[in-house]
This record gives sequence, structure tokens and C-alpha cells, in this order.
Amino acid sequence: MDTIERHAPASASMYKGAGIYRYDDFDREFLRERVAEFRAQVARRLAGELTEDEFKPLRLMNGLYLQLHAYMLRCAIPYGVMSADQLRQFAHVARTFDRGYGHFTTRQNIQFNWIALEDAPDAIAALAEADLHAIQTSGNCIRNVTTDEFAGAAADETVDPRVYAEIIRQWSTLHPEFSFLPRKFKIAITGAPGDRAALQIHDIGLTAKRDAQGRIGFEVWVGGGLGRTPILGFRIRDWVPEDALIAYLEAILRTYNALGGRENIHKARIKILVRDVGQARFAELVEQEFATLPREKFRLDPAIVAAIEAHFTPPPFAAVPDAAAALAGAVAADAEFAAWVGRNTHAHREPGYICAVISLKPIGGVPGDCTAAQMDAIANLAEQFSFGEIRVSHVQNLVLPHVRQDRLHALWQALRPLGLATANVGLLSDIIACPGLDYCSLASARAIPVAQRIAERFADLRTQHDIGTVFINISGCINACAHHHVGHIGILGVDKKGEEFYQITLGGSASNDAALGDIVGPAYAYDDVVDAVETILRTYLAVRSPGEAFIETYRRTGLAPFREALHAAA
Amino acid sequence: MQAKVKAKGSAQPLVVSANRLRDGRVVWLAADGGWVEHLHGAVVYLGEEVDAGLAAGEADEQRQLVVGAYAVEVVETPGGMVPLRMRERVRVDGPSVLPVAAE
Amino acid sequence: MPLLDGGHVVEDPWVLVPDDAPFPADAPALVTLKRLPEARRPGRRLGVLLGPASRAEDVAAALPDLSLIAVEFPKFRDGRGFSLARTLRERHGFTGEIRAVGHILPDQYRFLLRCGVSTVALPEGADPAPWQAALGRFGVAYQPAAAEEAPLDHLRRRLAAP
Ligand code: SF4
Repeated sequence: MDTIERHAPASASMYKGAGIYRYDDFDREFLRERVAEFRAQVARRLAGELTEDEFKPLRLMNGLYLQLHAYMLRCAIPYGVMSADQLRQFAHVARTFDRGYGHFTTRQNIQFNWIALEDAPDAIAALAEADLHAIQTSGNCIRNVTTDEFAGAAADETVDPRVYAEIIRQWSTLHPEFSFLPRKFKIAITGAPGDRAALQIHDIGLTAKRDAQGRIGFEVWVGGGLGRTPILGFRIRDWVPEDALIAYLEAILRTYNALGGRENIHKARIKILVRDVGQARFAELVEQEFATLPREKFRLDPAIVAAIEAHFTPPPFAAVPDAAAALAGAVAADAEFAAWVGRNTHAHREPGYICAVISLKPIGGVPGDCTAAQMDAIANLAEQFSFGEIRVSHVQNLVLPHVRQDRLHALWQALRPLGLATANVGLLSDIIACPGLDYCSLASARAIPVAQRIAERFADLRTQHDIGTVFINISGCINACAHHHVGHIGILGVDKKGEEFYQITLGGSASNDAALGDIVGPAYAYDDVVDAVETILRTYLAVRSPGEAFIETYRRTGLAPFREALHAAA
Repeated sequence: MQAKVKAKGSAQPLVVSANRLRDGRVVWLAADGGWVEHLHGAVVYLGEEVDAGLAAGEADEQRQLVVGAYAVEVVETPGGMVPLRMRERVRVDGPSVLPVAAE
Repeated sequence: MPLLDGGHVVEDPWVLVPDDAPFPADAPALVTLKRLPEARRPGRRLGVLLGPASRAEDVAAALPDLSLIAVEFPKFRDGRGFSLARTLRERHGFTGEIRAVGHILPDQYRFLLRCGVSTVALPEGADPAPWQAALGRFGVAYQPAAAEEAPLDHLRRRLAAP
């Protein structure tokens, strides 16, 4: 025990990034070329050689938006995995080019809100120093591929999705054919039976799995998406063998690129194409394309898979037979810690280890925001406790994926003074909120202050624990960046004559039982929306059966009791 | 959508706003033809007069000074001029929320 | 119109034949899809102009008679032409010239070449310099494409020097 104790932190900090794809000279050469290209594009724009109309898609492909108050830079955290050094580099960018904070999004990106166009090339060059980039975090191209935040650690995982997420990242990077698609294109992948990557709301969702012989293949979902026309994806194929993955993706993308709508921006996503031609016909078109592709050219060589897999070998876990007992002891001794463990951890496949979730949803805080000081502190803790590895979840929290159970209490104690130990994962204050009208130029209404006021209304964590798991998602407009359609309680900001209103939906879900929420009734004014949420939650407490979660109650009762209560309260 | 609305033709007093190209900051067209960072420095137009301001904005887009010039409705209050719509009020005041413990 | 080939402006021998005009006697003729059937004649160098909604199948039968396929990009954001060019090369084995015409940015030049496009028609008076610069910008890529490249493995490759 003694030697492990002394040895572990040192080996952890020397062990630069378990499970992180480490760039080689090829990747770095590419990134340098990309930074130089972007620098030249910005110079051409400032010199007037590119119009705004021409420049916009180019800057978007480098994650640069023009928002309400400034340019916003959206940086990729590919499939949500980053090293301590990379998180420190984000802190550096936040301090040097922004106002000292960043915002983690539902798509495993981080956004900086106050970037000047003139500084953007330098900011991107700084990211490149840490093998980070903003490539394809926006624009009508294949976006940053997302996955389960517990990938490579979760006990229920059958295939490590990071390997294939990295392969897809590389394959889709500056893809010559698919960089000017009808609309944006989002791919999510998971390797566990429990869907933690919201596959059915993606343009393509992939489940990596094994057949009876242990060979790897993929179940493929296609045509999901939220926004103005929310549609859940359908399963186009039950099995695509590993070596045909790229070919099959090419077939879907090519079908979409050729036939997707280009007249009307609201009818350009693949979900509309699938809806219009029908699922069966769409599948047929993809199969035709798949059958005629030069398959050998696109064959995903097992050697490539093996080479990429080598980046994701497990970190040097220690054998710690006493760890579980130590954790149980700490839990028994400290009720507050026990509450945190109950909500903010996830089972790890390695005996003696556990995944710890760092909530970025302190009561009254901005969901997903993180200051540069917090980023630095989390980077240090990741090195001390999690082999230097950090994950971003699609609900805007961070994860230390590989924590020894007997050191979990020490981690928790270190998180507390940083304001990062809120025990609310999956509770009502673990709200997903987009930047909304506080930052976003497309917004209809603010989302962040609504989230803050809901959390403050139920500030007492005991009430939250009593209410239990409920996902509240708040989007500032119909673009649905906060996935409000699939929130147990979804809140959508709408604009009525220049003032903010909110439409509420109930019963959505982004998991295996994916569902779109039902609208409860007319929209609420900014001042009334929190009361309405409270009425909904009080109604749930009144009508629930023992042990029944919010979503289960809703599925049993439907809208009626909630509608009645809201009506009575109005 | 609270995104830019067509304020041209409104009975309200109007000002012209845009984002500055080089840093994206919110700017307002002033009487001297320059762009200022505070709404109270903006020139106010009534009715059709705003066409002159929009033309000036367009010209400055061509000259790589600003992006996306458009007319914004304002109301006079005892405290001074305030945009009519929430979106523009946020552009004047900045985000209504700050990150916890911002440095 | 200046024609860009390998980053350089070259002579364009092709004559775009409007639908109501006679075929030129001694110049290679670029015709629309509509006129393709009547334009096919032994010994005539023939090209076809494909609109953005065209599919490779529309010309598949005529490919042996075609020396040039011009693919139209109505707006640089409309990326259908990339798939069209690539399908002509990879599925139909077309080896003649594929020309991109319409609204295209230098930033797309490398993508076009990788999808099998050979030449780009530039607007009158366009400066070829940004196109040359764009060509030199990237030396590596991550995915198979239509163009001949030096693969390092099934994903990575070095791009041909300009
Ligand atoms: S949902 Fe609307 S307001 Fe929110 S970030 Fe997306 S586009 Fe902006």
C-alpha cells in the first residue's frame, strides 16, 4: 500500500494521457498547414479579398462564429477526451484571448465568447501547440464526432468507441467530397448497450458491437435530428462489418450530398431527405451506392485499427484490493460525500476504480461554464487522480474517468473549495442550457438565467434528491442546441414581439427509449416559467407512485395531471 | 426568431447597428459617420431617414469596417435611449449573466 | 475565360455551344446534356456541361465519346459537383478532362483535384495567385480520394506536389 501511495501520483503525472490519441509528425504537419491556411484566409478577409458571404463558410469550418457581442471560437474536444495539458491550454487561450472562461457544450466542444477576428489565428495556433483544433466544429460538413463520456472505462462497454471515433475524425477531416454538404452533419458513436451518446438524434448514430465470434461491427442509425423538425433516427442496418465502416459512411454521405435539399435551409438536413424519400427507399439508395463503391480502396485495414487502438491502451491500473472497502468506509462516515458518490460516479470496469463526474452546474451558476483557474485546477487533479485524463460529457459536465476508489474521498475534498463538488448529476439542477440570448445571435430568448433561477428555486439539494433524476433542457431557440425536445422537461425560448417566452414540453428522452416531448400548452413569460416548472415538479411529487422516477410517472399519467395543475395555477 | 428583425418602416425612432469586422464588437453609427461602442452616441433616424444610415452601413461593409449593418428600433426613456427589443438590449448591456467566480 | 490546369493558366480550346447554335466545324464542342445525343459523331471531340442536379448515370452511356465533362457549381456552397466528379472517376472510370465551372473559391481547389477534377474555369480577369497558393498549402490528407496519391496507409496519404 505504502509503495503504491508514493508511486501513484508520480507515475500518473509522467503518464501523459492514458487513452488519448497522441499526435505524430503527420498530424502536426497537417495542423500547421491548417493554421497557416486560416491565417491567410483571415488576412484576405481583412484586406477585402473575400466578401463576408465567402468568408463565412471558411471561418465556420474553423469554428469561428460572429455572435451578438463578438466572435465566438468553438474548439473541438474530439469525442470528449482531453489530457491535462490540453485542458491547461484551453485555460491559456481563455486568459490570453478571451475573458478568462470557457463554455463546454452538449457536443463535446468548448466555446470562447470574446475572440477578436484579428486574434483568431493566434488563438488557433496556440491550440495547435497542444494538438487541439477547431476544425469542422461548425459549417456544413461532418462535425466533431461525439461519444459516451465513459468510453474506455465503463463497466457495461463491449467495444471501445474511441478507436472508431478517432478513425472517423481522421477520415472526415477536410474530406474533399463532403466539406460543402447541404447542411451540418453530426455523427455519434457508442460501444455500450446503454446509449449515453443520444444516437437517435444524430444524422448518423453508430453502436459498435460484437457478433458471436467476437468480431466487431456496427449497428447504424440514420436521419435523426432536432431543430424545427425533430425526428428520431431509424436503424438502417443492423450490422456493418468493421472493415466496411468507412465505405458505408461514404455511401450514406454521398447519397445525402447528391440528393439532400439545397434550396431551403430548414429542409436540408438528412432527416428531411429520409422523411421525403421514405426510410426503405433511402436505405435502398445507400445500399446501391455501397455496392458500387471501390471497396478495397475504402477497406478499413485491421492494421489501422490496431495502430489507433494502441493509443487507447488502458492506463497502468494498480491492483488495489482494499479500495472498495476504503470507499465504503468513507461513504459510511460522511453523508455529504455519500450523496456525491451516489450521484456523481459511474461504475468502472477495472476493479478498485471508479469514474467521477465533476458537475459544472453549481446552484446559480452558468451551466457548462468553467473559469481558467478551475480548468488549471481540474488539470492538476486529473494528473493526481486520473492518469491525466479528462472527459467532457454531452450534458456539459467533466469526468475524471479513472479514479481509484480509495482516493475518491480525497478527490472530493479537493473539488469542494473549487466549487466543483455539487452532488447533482442527473438531478433537476443538472440543467443543459445553451448560451441563448445572452450570447447567441440566433437566439429568441435567454436560457442561462432561466436555468439559474430554476436551480435557485430548488437550491436545497435534499429536495432535489427527493425529486430524483429529471433532465431539464433549455434551448434559446428552435435550433435546439440544448436538445430540449428530448429533455424530461424541455424548455424552448420563443420570441413574442421582442419579448421572451418559453414553451414547455414533457416526456422527452435521449436514451435507448428515445422520445420527443409533448407540448404542455401555451408559452410562459420569462417571469412565469420558473413557477410553471415548480408546478410540474410538485405535481410529480403528488402523483408519483413509490420509487417512480419523473419520466416513469409521466409515461404512466401522460400530460393530464400536469396540464390541470398548470391550468389551476395560472 | 429574435434574430435581426426588419425594423425599417417602423414608426419607432431607429438607429443603425453592426458588428465591427476586426473584433466583432457591437457598434452604432454616429452622426459623424463613424462607429461608436455606446448606443447613446448613435444618430437617431425617423422613418425613411434611416435609408441614409443603412447606405452608410453598407458602404462601410464594402470597406471592411463592419459586418451586417441593420436598423434597430429604440424608445426614449427618462434614463435615455433604450432598444425596443430584448435582443438589442442584450447587445447594449452585454450578457445578463457572468460565470461564477469569473477572474 | 482563363482555364486553370495544375495551378497555371492554359489555353482553352473548347467552344461552349449554345443550344440554338450550330456545332463548330473545327473546334472541340462543349454541349449541354440536352444536345448530347445529336452531337455525338465519330471523330468529333465532344464535351458535355452538367448542371448541379445531374447524376453520373445521366452521361454514363456516352462516356466513351466524351473528352470533357464540365461540372457546374452554381454557388461555391453547393458541393454536389464534388460527388459527381468523384463518381465519374471511381464508378465509371472516366479518364478524360473534368472541368469545374461556376462560382468556386481557391480554398476549394485542393478538394476539387482530390475528387478527380482536372481543370477549373476562372472568371475573366481572375488572379491565379491565390489558386497557386491554395495548391501548395496542404501536403497531407486523411482519406482515400479519387486522385492518384501516395497512400501511407488506407487513411493517410501525401498529396502530389503541385
Ligand atoms: S439553441 Fe438557438 S439560441 Fe441556443 S445556442 Fe443554439 S442557436 Fe443559439
